[in-house]
Formats: sequence, structure tokens, C-alpha cells
Amino acid sequence: MEFCGGHTHAISRYGLEDLLPPGVRLIHGPGCPVCVLPIGRIDTAIRLAERPNVTLCSYGDLMRVPASKGASLLRAKAAGCDIRMVYSSLDAVRIARAEPQRQVVFFAIGFETTTPPTALAIRLAAQERLENFSVFCNHVLTPSAIQNILESPELRDLGRIRIDGFIGPAHVSAVIGSNPYTFFAEEFAKPVVIAGFEPLDVMQAVLMLVRQVNEGRNEVENQYGRAVRSAGNERAKADVAAVFELRKSFEWRGLGVVPYSALRIKRQYGAFDAERRFGLEYVPARDNPGCQCGAVLRGLKQPTDCKLFGTVCTPENPMGSCMVSAEGACAAHWTYKRFRDGARTGT
Amino acid sequence: MSRKDYRRKLDLKSGRIELAHGAGGRAMVQLITDLFHEPLDNEWLRQGNDQAAFDVTGGRMVMTTDAYVISPLFFPGGDIGSLAIHGTINDIAMAGARPLYLSASFILEEGFPLIELKRIADSMGAAARTAGVAVIAGDTKVVERGKADGVFISTTGIGVVPTGVDLSVEKVLPGDRIIVSGFLGDHGVAVMSKRHDLSFETAILSDSAPLHDLVATMVEASGRELRAMRDPTRGGLAATLNEWAHQAGVGLRIREEAIPIRPGVAAACELLGLDPLYVANEGKLTAVVAPAAAERLLTAMRAHPLGRDAAIIGEVVADEHRFVQMTTEFGGDRIVDWLAGEQLPRIC
Repeated sequence: MEFCGGHTHAISRYGLEDLLPPGVRLIHGPGCPVCVLPIGRIDTAIRLAERPNVTLCSYGDLMRVPASKGASLLRAKAAGCDIRMVYSSLDAVRIARAEPQRQVVFFAIGFETTTPPTALAIRLAAQERLENFSVFCNHVLTPSAIQNILESPELRDLGRIRIDGFIGPAHVSAVIGSNPYTFFAEEFAKPVVIAGFEPLDVMQAVLMLVRQVNEGRNEVENQYGRAVRSAGNERAKADVAAVFELRKSFEWRGLGVVPYSALRIKRQYGAFDAERRFGLEYVPARDNPGCQCGAVLRGLKQPTDCKLFGTVCTPENPMGSCMVSAEGACAAHWTYKRFRDGARTGT
Repeated sequence: MSRKDYRRKLDLKSGRIELAHGAGGRAMVQLITDLFHEPLDNEWLRQGNDQAAFDVTGGRMVMTTDAYVISPLFFPGGDIGSLAIHGTINDIAMAGARPLYLSASFILEEGFPLIELKRIADSMGAAARTAGVAVIAGDTKVVERGKADGVFISTTGIGVVPTGVDLSVEKVLPGDRIIVSGFLGDHGVAVMSKRHDLSFETAILSDSAPLHDLVATMVEASGRELRAMRDPTRGGLAATLNEWAHQAGVGLRIREEAIPIRPGVAAACELLGLDPLYVANEGKLTAVVAPAAAERLLTAMRAHPLGRDAAIIGEVVADEHRFVQMTTEFGGDRIVDWLAGEQLPRIC
């Protein structure tokens, strides 16, 4: 299983599965930050943006993600909400500085890769005593998601799927290092190879995993040595630790509620926490009951096993999380690989 | 004794568009004569009528219209003025036609600096002259500040199709070859590099250029064996290929390694999370040609300055699913799908 959406995208975009021997199958994991964000959190963001004095800043990937009742950030923007696409958390700080009459909220999402920039933005805003900047924090943790998958009964007790090894995250590992994976390799007896996002990185990681399996080893190996050290990026980790703390539980789209799997802003920086500032209540929203994303994310099912796939659920009109972003397993299959599916592949 | 007719000159240095410039009075006439007539000068505009009269030669005519709302207005390698000329000429040229006349309509935002409008009008004039096409009718409207984004331009063009030329997507057949005229993605990347919210340094220039002369060369070289042509603007090469596959009821197979893309464009796309196949071009065309004429056409294109880097990138195949498939540089296969609503800025 490749955990990261970046790997899923590279595999599909370059057609790498065509180059693998028949015995090797890749299962696409849950590591796409847009895909795992539950609908309820997007609903909350839209409700926030509907307040007349709020400017919501979001990464572009989130703009099209469907919320409840056919809403999305893009549609809310068209309806008059002040929602702006930014490329960096610091752009949101810049907007807050330039428009002091607006309440500027940064819609923070992502794994450990995007957490340090959010921490920096909060610290900068604190330094400048910006009173009109806050962060709606939705940062999640990679190791918790991997553990959740490994501990699922289908995998652990029933043996319905076999994951023989993991292609470990690229950019996430550049921040957290390779040490956090040692536990999985030992506890669950699965080899892990951390790999870069280039197509050759992925191919080499597969080779390294196959060698470990053949030799009966369960180790953490680092293919992405040009960016990942065993301890990670100490400075980034320190910045994150200064600003964030663990959330007791967080709902993941596709995986459900996972304990200690996300971050929230510490009380010390509470003034910059949009959830506190605006008293936001989380209201969970249900996915389409036919959606098989949870099973796809765990490798139990393939996208084509889902009745919604390619019928009512397409990248133009995604129903489930895996169809939402180009890094999701279903979107990647639909966009790049559906010519392999035979009959049900019309344009 | 009659006093000499005194007229204050248009303040091109620090003046701005005012609502009066669109009100139909003296200010509007002055704006049109002082700012637009000189760069675009021709016998039709000089007559100053509400319309331009011209003779038709007979044969098949083509007509097209396009609006330009690009942001920013000035970008490396061009501006909204030259783009409004090139884009409409190219839409005419894709029928194999020779462009004859254009009209231009301007929507100006109150407060827009006259010096920038002058730059745009001059650039339009230069682009039209170089292309040998006259802008023979025009219109200006002014809207209140905040109701437009500086300048919007709409151009309409007509052209004439040479006898015997009949390009149409219906003529595309399995076995035909697909050709592109040069490097893809330059325009989109050049424009994005100058957007205020992005700002990155690149030496890439927009490819904005009039393609009718290259088209004339191609028509001469391949005649009836040239099946169809299109300029891959919005949505890039991927959109054009999918349109063809869909409309002609065929599949297309292309090879990634054969597609000309500059390393700088590939790197910028990587950085922005874009695929160069979906990025807009304003001076490139893609053509479908019968296999027997493909090499001959390629040689003729490469002899033209705008086709120097032309390449055969793939071929038409029979496929009831109408897929555009690509063999990647690594040897795997994948679909090149329609764009699924990406967040692209205004690029044309």
C-alpha cells in the first residue's frame, strides 16, 4: 500500500502499474488530505464564510469539494461569500494585515507537511498581534491513520486483505523523519520503504519492498534519502509542538472517528483558533450510503467494485472522498485508468 | 472673426478613463480619434461611419468571435491587445481560411489609466499590421469602477476559405497522424508567472502569435489530406484531443516523449500542480493529417518560423469508447482526460 496521495497520483499519471510484474499489486491508501476531510468540516467552513465580516482563505484543492446539500466553497463564493484561494498560509496573514476590517480565517488542512507552515502563520500573527487572523485547524496525523488501517479487523483478524508492505510518505517523512514508522514495522511485521514522489522513486521503493518480503525482513528503509533523515526536520517539529496539541478524536472521511489522530491549537494561541473565536460546533454529515470509500481506503475493495463509481460518482460530481481530489484512489482510476475496465467505461 | 478651434489634448500621461469617455459626447469622440484611430488606422476607420462597407470575393466565408478578459493585462511576450488580434485570427485560420477583417469592442472600467490603454491600442495596431489584417469597426463602452477589471476586449473576424479547402473533424479517420506545431504550455505559464498572488521568476514568454501564414503553408503542402486543425487554447492539448475523439467517434493515441514541452514549462507546472497538457497556448495549432502526407506536412511546417519545433505526437485509432490514451515516458499507459474543473486563473 502506498499511503500518500502523491504516490497514487504518480503511479496513475505515469502508468507505473503496467511496468510491475504480475505478482505485485498496489493498494491506494488514505493519504490524500482533501479526501479524508469529512463533509461536516467543510459545512462548518461554509457556515463561517457566510458571516458577513469573514474572509475565508483556502488552498485551491478544497474549493470544489462537495459539502452537504450540493454546496461547496466554490458555490458559496459564487453566492457572495468572501472566499479566497491562497497558495500559502502566509498569504492569509498578508490579507489579514492589509484588510484589518475583515476577520480573516485560514482553512488549514493537511498532514504533517502543511502543519509547519500553519504553525508559522499563527506565530507570525501572534508576534504582530493581528487581532483579525485565525485558523480553522483540520491538521491530521499520518501514523494514526496507518495504525487505524493496520488494526482494522478485516486486516488483522479476518485476513481478508493482505498488505505485504508500505510505501511510506515522502514529504510527510521529510518533516517527521523515518523513526515513527519503526513501530509499525515491528508491531505489525510489515516492511516500510519511504519513497519520493518521482516515478523512479516509486519503482525503486517497490523493488526494495519486494526484496524485504522475499528475504523475510520487516524493516524501515529510506529510499528518499535526499530529503528524509531519521529524526526528520527538528525545527519544523519544534514549531508544530509549540503551537499545536493532540485532539482526543477526529472524524476522517472514509475511516470514521480515529482517536488521537489530529491536532488542535494550544490554549496559549487560543486567540488564533477560529473554533474558539467563533464558537464553532461540529455537526457530522453522512456520506452517501452506497459509497465504498472506507473499504477502498483499506484496500478491501477496488474503485470499480463500488456501484457509484463512474455512474453518479465522477470527478465532476464526486459523491465519495476518493473521487474528490486527483490524488484519491477513485479519481486516479477514473482519470487515468478506466480504459482497462471494459464495458463500463464510456466517456 | 472666428476663434481658432481649441481642443485640450488627451492627457495620456496621467489621465484616466472617466464615465464621460463612454457617454457619446465630445470626450468619447476624442478618446476614439486620439487613442484608437492612429494605431489602428485604415481607410474604413478614416470614413468614420457606424459601419464599414467592403466587397466580398465570393466563395466560402468564415466568421468567429471571441472575448478577452485576461489577467494580468500585460504579460511576458504579449498583452490583451495583441492577444485579442491573434486569438481571433487563429480561430479563422483553423478553418484553413485567410483572415480579412476584424472588429474590436472595448469595455473600459472607470479609472483605467489612459497610458495603459494607449499601450494596448498600440499593441493591437502593431499585431494587426504585422498580420496584414485590418480592424475596420469598433466600439467603446465605459462602466463604473468595480464593474469590470480594467479592460475587456471582444473581437470578431471574418475570413475567406481558399477553393478546395474543407477542414472538418468528421473527416478524421483511424490511421491519421496527429501533429502539434511547437512547444506547449508557454502562454499559460507566462501569464501565471505574473499573477500577483503567485509571482515566480521564469524566462518563459507567451507564444501568442498569428497562425494564418503557417496554416497557408500547411494547406499548400498537404491539400485535401489535411483533415482538421484546432488551436489548443483553454484546456490545452488535452481538451482539443478529447473534442476530436468525441466528435469524430474515434480514439487517439499519443506518446508523451514526442510532445514538445520546454523544461522550464514542465518545472513550473510541477511547482503549481498543473499538467502542461491542460495549459493554454495562443500561438500553437494541432492538426490531423492522412498518414501518407504526414512527413511532407511536417517538413513544410518545420521550414516555417512558427512551426520549427513541430512534431508528430500520435495517431487516430478505432475506439468505441473515444479515449485519448497516452504512452507515458516510462512506458505505461494512461488516459488523457477532459479537464475536471481545475482552478485556473483567467488566461485569455
